[in-house]
Amino acid sequence: MASESTVQVLIPTPLRRFTDGESRVEVSGATVGDALDALEARFPGIDERVRDDSGQIRRFVNLFVNGQNVRDRDGIATPLSPGDELGIIPAMAGGSAA
Amino acid sequence: MPWGVSYFLMKNSEYAMHDRAKATRTTPEQAICGPDAALLASIAESAVARSIGNTPLHRLRRYERYLGLPETIELHLKAEWVNPGGSIKDRTALSIVRAAIKSGQLGPGRTLLDATSGNTGIAYAMLGAALSFPVTLVVPGSASEERKRTLAAYGARVIYSDPYEGSDGAIRLVREMTSVAGDDFFYADQYNNPANPAAHVATTGPEIWRQSDGRVTHLVAALGTTGTLMGTGAYLRQQGAVQLIGVQPAEAFHGIEGLKHLPTAIVPGIYDPSLPDRIMGIETEAAFEAARALARVEGFFAGSSTGANLAAAGELARELASAGQAARLVVIGCDGGARYLSTGLWELG
Ligand SMILES: Cc1ncc(COP(=O)(O)O)c(C=O)c1O
Repeated sequence: MASESTVQVLIPTPLRRFTDGESRVEVSGATVGDALDALEARFPGIDERVRDDSGQIRRFVNLFVNGQNVRDRDGIATPLSPGDELGIIPAMAGGSAA
Repeated sequence: MPWGVSYFLMKNSEYAMHDRAKATRTTPEQAICGPDAALLASIAESAVARSIGNTPLHRLRRYERYLGLPETIELHLKAEWVNPGGSIKDRTALSIVRAAIKSGQLGPGRTLLDATSGNTGIAYAMLGAALSFPVTLVVPGSASEERKRTLAAYGARVIYSDPYEGSDGAIRLVREMTSVAGDDFFYADQYNNPANPAAHVATTGPEIWRQSDGRVTHLVAALGTTGTLMGTGAYLRQQGAVQLIGVQPAEAFHGIEGLKHLPTAIVPGIYDPSLPDRIMGIETEAAFEAARALARVEGFFAGSSTGANLAAAGELARELASAGQAARLVVIGCDGGARYLSTGLWELG
């Protein structure tokens, strides 16, 4: 099993109501899925916006590891290294908190 | 692509460039001079400008049957994707550009500048090419690849705003740019420009009234800048007792291109909350589902905001059916499906 990595998660404005307004939070995890679990543990409600009931990334959500879409890698199983940036972006950016 | 890096590189170079011009921000009242007669004449001569509007209104008989609606409830779709720039925003952009040329705000030495999530930008870029004025657009970095390439094809200059800040981030960046370099730009400001709803008072509204034989009972229109609902709605209200339904994403975090979740967004200045009879919230998945069903059931290939409108119309139609009411719903078909081929909307499987 891969070891845990501390990564930065970049939060888009419409999800910042879950992170006390923070645009960047630090979590640990060996994979993207782990990081999302850790994010949910700290900020309940965020994961169901990103993943559906079956645990898949919602169609309209893109997750990026260091700018690369995880759909082009191993999805939520994509491994994380210390210092990686995990970005969450709705595929189309609409309105967001002013 | 590492967005953060390109965003900050862009920010620094742009700001250095414009720092010298400590001009005041362009306000709608600040005209450079009188209207540019040549530019005005070029609108009248432009084949592109002349092919904007007069779109068909299609009765969706197959989709009505697919929803199991009774004969007394009709759904009609306004096919805005046939506009030359591919969306309803061609009307908005033409109206804004025409008004700005007439008032002298857009003319020699001025670049049209606006924040746009895509369709209005495509329309401005198209008109800039057709009428020969420069266009600079601020687009969230998360806009689809199709949109970015379409803007480049028309020769517009594109500045990407922080994708994590969404369309409101684009608006804020434009405001910063105009505050340091106001005189170089005509800030089209589609969210606050009265020429936006005026486009629909003058064209979309009258077309719908005529095409529905004055028998439209409900208008269903998605809310972005809110120009479509405000303008078309205001016109239809003057003609008769038409119910005006606004459609927005159910959640702040959504994937319906061009739409705003009003409770959490910068509310557009052109929005009058007293006009709509009802605002319906639609989940992104439901909007995608309706757009997919439209393609399969009717053979019309439309985008996700059209899907949101159809999902709302379907919900409303069922309510009306169970109340035993007859209705003729007009649904706005904002843009076509091809603009979303790289996105989750048409993901296989
Ligand atoms: C695809 C799409 N649908 C709907 C809308 C909303 O239209 P309006 O800005 O008139 O409210 C837009 C506006 O940008 C759009 O691009």
